Amino acid sequence: MRSFWSITLATLTKDIRLEWRSKDALNAMLFFSLLVVVIFVFSFDPLAEESRHIVGGLVWVAFLFAAVVALNQTWARELRNQVLDAYRVSPAPANALFLAKALGNFVLVSLLEALMAPLFVIFYNLRVLGPAWQLIPVALLGTWALVVNGTFFAAMSLRTRSRELMLPLLLFPVSIPAVLGMVAGTTNILTGENPAHFYIVLLLTYDVVFTTACLALFETVLQAE
Amino acid sequence: MNVSAPEIPAPAGIIAVSDLVKQFGRFAALRGVNAEFDAGKFHVILGDNGAGKTTLLRALAGLTHPTRGGISILGKTPHDASREIGYMAHPLLLYDEMSGIENLRYFARLYEIAGDGRCRQVIQAVGLDPELSRPVGKFSQGMRQRMSLARAILHDPKILLLDEPFSNVDVHSAREMVGLLKGMRDTGKTIFVVTHQAVLLEGVADEFVWMQAGQIVDRTHHLARDLNRAVEP
Amino acid sequence: MKRAFPILAVLTAFLLVCALYLAWTAPTDALQGDVYRIIYYHVPSAWTAFLLFFINFLASVQYLASAKPSTQRAAKWIVIAIGIVGFIAPFIPQVRQQLPVGMYPSSVATTALIITALYFLIGRYFPGQDLDVLAVTTAEVGVVFCTIVLITGPIWARPVWGIWWAPGDIRLTSTLVLWLIYVSYLVLRRFSDSAQTQKLAAVLAVFGALDVPLVYFSIWFFRTQHPQPVIGGGGSIDPGMLRVLLINWGAFLCFAFLVCWSRFRLEKLRREVEEAEALESLLEPAGPAAPSSKANVPLGRGSQ
Repeated sequence: MRSFWSITLATLTKDIRLEWRSKDALNAMLFFSLLVVVIFVFSFDPLAEESRHIVGGLVWVAFLFAAVVALNQTWARELRNQVLDAYRVSPAPANALFLAKALGNFVLVSLLEALMAPLFVIFYNLRVLGPAWQLIPVALLGTWALVVNGTFFAAMSLRTRSRELMLPLLLFPVSIPAVLGMVAGTTNILTGENPAHFYIVLLLTYDVVFTTACLALFETVLQAE
Repeated sequence: MNVSAPEIPAPAGIIAVSDLVKQFGRFAALRGVNAEFDAGKFHVILGDNGAGKTTLLRALAGLTHPTRGGISILGKTPHDASREIGYMAHPLLLYDEMSGIENLRYFARLYEIAGDGRCRQVIQAVGLDPELSRPVGKFSQGMRQRMSLARAILHDPKILLLDEPFSNVDVHSAREMVGLLKGMRDTGKTIFVVTHQAVLLEGVADEFVWMQAGQIVDRTHHLARDLNRAVEP
Repeated sequence: MKRAFPILAVLTAFLLVCALYLAWTAPTDALQGDVYRIIYYHVPSAWTAFLLFFINFLASVQYLASAKPSTQRAAKWIVIAIGIVGFIAPFIPQVRQQLPVGMYPSSVATTALIITALYFLIGRYFPGQDLDVLAVTTAEVGVVFCTIVLITGPIWARPVWGIWWAPGDIRLTSTLVLWLIYVSYLVLRRFSDSAQTQKLAAVLAVFGALDVPLVYFSIWFFRTQHPQPVIGGGGSIDPGMLRVLLINWGAFLCFAFLVCWSRFRLEKLRREVEEAEALESLLEPAGPAAPSSKANVPLGRGSQ
């Protein structure tokens, strides 16, 4: 058991170290996130009174786009030089690799969100009318929901043509309940009109169900030729 | 297609392949390979391109799932025997952006090997400098092959599966690698090498396995084939 | 079995004509007028699609479980457990209270039994690779029926409620998500280059099945906060209309069965042809009979 977490940690730190060394991809993603926010600001007039009602949706759609860009490069380094084969041949458990990649993506996407969220607050003059602290579980659970399935489907897409198109194609339908939870929960918290408890519970349930499913089925996906 | 369990009672001392068939769509890369290989010996696999050598090696490593037939490695399936298998192929199987020692440190964690000592030892054994901080992506081809070999032998596997280890390597490095492999065989390791440069292994290898069109057509002790001889079962 | 096909085809055609006639002559709805008749296409298509997708899910689970004998046994026991618990639990008073309004204990019990029965029937009549052929068949035909639901839904909604779509409508939105999941399933099957495409598709089907209840509940709660018009009508239905509805469903089921059967046979034939060709390439004498002298001793740096 200890070796499982040690392998997960080793893989995660290796990925973070590699990402940090060549910051090109990271910088490009940060800039992309900024651009997405700006496009939204021009498309949806921030002066309108209804902005508080729609910003929940805008924010999470923007996060979704940024997440897809991040998720698409999950396995890029393992594909170059076929390093994935080296992992498959080793006795290391497949789930350790999955968790490491999912956690790495979680950190990366959270970073992008941390950049985009303040921008939304600024451009839309947001004030939170409901319990602001609830935004934290919504953000954490919602991000994990996108990232856990995204990492899994990214691995599935490895063996398909049009890999970068397949990932969102597989991810979006399955993510719909989570997106509804994130958006409705955020909107409720921003507007303060309704409680967001149920959506937090929904997101938690979603995360538990799909994390379990991913861990149970990842080995099958990894061993596919 | 489903993989069937090894169909032969397999004593622990051998690597056995029984009725191995591998099809990629309509192309049959392996057409019913039947063989037993003694442990502790150096086997060289030869044949033209498309003979199935790489497919056979990948099947032994557990990277390719047979369409039919079974493989037994020291009495276990390739997946269960992963600790005893070291694999090296034409792709580098290392991260370009990390140095040699950093790469090996990571793989050492996968194999639950503690400490740096073994990594350094293995890098030195293949004739490279453990202190070299240059990322592997900037190595020369010969150095890359040697570092890839280092990764394959890092966990001291009982069986080595090497696919074209000498390709694009200068003669001097190649001879050093051969010497290293000979030493490993002498300590009881089983070695399978797929190569087009079998001449390097004359006098070192215990057996030459000739493949053609997805089957083993001959097995000799020397690097020459008597074409009139019947195929060894 | 093959001779039954034309007979069944004729019978189905007859049933469909009858169903259409009954749909035309059924009593007119008091509130909606003649527009409501689309229900005789909309609802049976939905029930058929859900049934087909459910069969796909069971077949996918069995296919994945059949990889190892231990998982196969585990899956069988879990399904039996679901059947037993699902049959007994709804009648226990504490559980009965928890059931949503309108859900009768007997229907829950029957559903649980049907699930178990279907699982074992599928396992019995579709061994090995046939499970995957069944999966792809039901997915394709299911998507067709699901498309009909999604087209007829808005066509019905527009004249009756004045809107094409209500985001809070549970049934229509759940159907949309189900459609999306299975279209992505079919895309995966087409785009996958892997030798394990069938397993990957089965995994996706499992993910989809896990998703559907979550979709349902998320929209259900959304609606409690944002009341929406209910497309598809709730409430009771005239017994005369119900009879016509069920007859239409029967006709649709026969039709779906015919189409699935054809597709199944087609897919099996296709796979048999592929296997035969593969076997041929396996057996044919390979390469030139007398190798050239070059092949005797490999010299030099090798041919790249």
